[in-house]
Amino acid sequence: MTVILYLLAASLVLGGGGLALFLWSLRAGQFEDLDGAANRILFAEDDE
Amino acid sequence: MSGPTFSAVPLARGGEGLFPATIACVHCGQTAPTGERFCCPGCAVAFDTIERLGLGRYYRQRLLDPAARAPRPEHDTDLDLTRYTVANPDGTHTLSLAVDGLQCGACVWLIETVLARDPAVTAARVNMTSRQLKLTWSGPAEDGAKLVGLVSQLGYRLVPFDAQALAGARDIAGQKLLRALAVAGFAAGNVMLISIGLWAGDAAGWLAGMGPATRDLLHWASALIALPAIAYAGRPFFASAAAALRHGRTNMDVPISVGVVLITTMSLIQTFAHGRDTYYDSAVALLFFLLAGRVLDHRARGQARATAEQLLTLRAADVAVLCPDGTTVRRPQQAVMRGDRVIAGMGERIGVDGVVERGSAPLDTSLVTGESRPVMAAPGTAVFAGTLNLGAPLTVRATATGDATLLADCVRLIEAAEARRSRFVILADRVARFYAPAVHLTALLTFLCWYLAWATPLGESLLIACSVLIVTCPCALALAVPVVQVIATSRLFRQGILLKSGTALERLAEVDTVVFDKTGTLTEPSLKLDMDGVSKSDLTEAAALAASSRHPLARALLIASGPVVAAGDVTETPGQGLRSRDTRLGSAAFCGVSSLISTDQPELWFTRPGAPPVRFAFTEQARSDAVPTIARLRKMGLSVRIVSGDHPAAVAKIAAALGIEQWDAGCSPVEKVRTIEAMRGQGHRVLMVGDGLNDGPSLAAAHVSASPATAADVSQTVADVVFQGTNLAPVAAIVETARRARRTMRGNLALALGYNLLMVPLAVVGWVTPWLAAAAMSGSSLLVMANSFRIGRPQ
Repeated sequence: MTVILYLLAASLVLGGGGLALFLWSLRAGQFEDLDGAANRILFAEDDE
Repeated sequence: MSGPTFSAVPLARGGEGLFPATIACVHCGQTAPTGERFCCPGCAVAFDTIERLGLGRYYRQRLLDPAARAPRPEHDTDLDLTRYTVANPDGTHTLSLAVDGLQCGACVWLIETVLARDPAVTAARVNMTSRQLKLTWSGPAEDGAKLVGLVSQLGYRLVPFDAQALAGARDIAGQKLLRALAVAGFAAGNVMLISIGLWAGDAAGWLAGMGPATRDLLHWASALIALPAIAYAGRPFFASAAAALRHGRTNMDVPISVGVVLITTMSLIQTFAHGRDTYYDSAVALLFFLLAGRVLDHRARGQARATAEQLLTLRAADVAVLCPDGTTVRRPQQAVMRGDRVIAGMGERIGVDGVVERGSAPLDTSLVTGESRPVMAAPGTAVFAGTLNLGAPLTVRATATGDATLLADCVRLIEAAEARRSRFVILADRVARFYAPAVHLTALLTFLCWYLAWATPLGESLLIACSVLIVTCPCALALAVPVVQVIATSRLFRQGILLKSGTALERLAEVDTVVFDKTGTLTEPSLKLDMDGVSKSDLTEAAALAASSRHPLARALLIASGPVVAAGDVTETPGQGLRSRDTRLGSAAFCGVSSLISTDQPELWFTRPGAPPVRFAFTEQARSDAVPTIARLRKMGLSVRIVSGDHPAAVAKIAAALGIEQWDAGCSPVEKVRTIEAMRGQGHRVLMVGDGLNDGPSLAAAHVSASPATAADVSQTVADVVFQGTNLAPVAAIVETARRARRTMRGNLALALGYNLLMVPLAVVGWVTPWLAAAAMSGSSLLVMANSFRIGRPQ
């Protein structure tokens, strides 16, 4: 049953990675302006 | 509106369609003078700048909201920006500014592009949700004023703020909730995954059973994930529960916190003791469900925060004070004395209450009165702090300054009334008051029965007592109210109704009396000519004169007469009347008539040589759907009243037209509040609907309040509900939705409590296993949510 150990570790690493990415994007301010993000794509071509 | 009585003459506002000559300003969309493309020179400059930079697509792609502030340039050049400018280590400077007038994605694009074109700018980012601009540039700090000028000349008002000091600058609370939700979600997913293995292994014989060693391993793995997650994600609940207990109160967070802590502790003891059952999954899933509800709730109310901060920014600007020697000095508003002469330039907000001494100009009084058409001010006109000068500079003698202005007065009254209102206890907390003790008492009795009466070992007795806590977990109960609120709020939002307060729905559902302000709320903003005793030929002749004026009475006259050929050689004396040679149209004094008729009604006199003077009287029109709306409100069992600041005669007329028996007229803001308080004293729950600055205090004093989106900013800030459009129907709609929402909330609470009542006996006798607890919790939560979604559907 040692396979459980690997599986547990794998699921934690994958889940933890997702969590870390989410927390990073939150800290980077990607969730601060949801309205703006929705509108910005309409004007994207002029951005450099 | 029934704003402070302006002894001034309102100018016209476009859009009735009869006069193609009156068009919207190309830049800001407000009415432009006949034959002009722009309403003011500022707009012309803004349009020019935008076209010169090749950014004309702004005009094609923007969506102007007629209810929002038009992007009309104002001058705020004397703001002290350097105080707010932050120097960065790499030599650049950063400034955080609140942007007023931001309406759509095109505005964001325009501001960012205009700034990016300046070589000194290294970063310019507009946050559309919080309406803030973060601007970074290389070069000296003083350059900030020039860059801000670029944006303010386009019609946006920029107010610098200290990013560190303003707690609302970043949505700290919202971010905390999101982080907690993410952690709880991660933990709930993983622990649940492990739990499925545990439950399967528990069904011995079916999957050949699970060895004690494997089970211990899985328990430890669960504990390892769940413990830090609970410690982190549970903080919002623990903090709120601790705060409530410190003040000797209890709220929904108390049973949540007690439940989560007990379940976790008990599970941990079981893990150490190599026990069979742990409940980590229930604890984490509970937090996840609850946090999801909190995040939704927080987001639904996000818009309200920005509006509330607007009032503060209005006090920021300095005032130009005219010294006896003819020079001007700029002083903060608080430092201006009564009797000082203050100069308000074009595009500036007047900083004091006072009387115009010199100059005449149209004023935008929308902040104070909600009246969107400009009002003409001339020497002798009383003006109020917060009004915007649209024309030539005015010299104003201050009669009240700083904290004594009408604006400051209203803000104070509002604050006082709001403090009173915050004592309202929401439904969920009222339930928690009896629910929490009941649950804890049941768990305690269960424990005592097993441990003392039936001599069960301590560990097992504790386990059973805890399973009682788990099945009675307030999960469904805590979701019962917020889910309904989020759904009802978004449903109203789609109809153009913005709920600003979290408790507004519950308070709306309790309302038994609706009090309307008259002018601008019950009535249309435009007037209608009384046709009694007016001959067609008189009307046509007078209309020929009126055709060249934008005065609302002149326009009302034209609407009544139909298209006419305009008379030539017409001169207009602002605030008095029109003349063409010997023919005059205007006030009684202007036409040289000594009026014997009471002048409660707006009127125009028409005189020409060799004919008796003719009087045209005008009346207010009730809004087209006022009668059906009032009928709808009455059908719901509400009584309807009018409380107005207008003349009794005018109020009586409208009241009679709408069939409203109870009305008060001539009320000052303080008297309005007194009337509302008196009704409250008689046990009534009042919904106040009003739009002027003078309604602000009574809006705050009422049990719950609503304002149209055309109302003065102050009223919108105070009101619990802001509705868009020119109809009154939303007033009935919000009460209806609120009552449905309350029914659904009560239904939810009954469902959740019923579910618990069913499960409690099972738990007391010790039949509840971890998987049964998890299923019960999810089941009741889903049931409550499914029930809530019913209000999203049309009836």
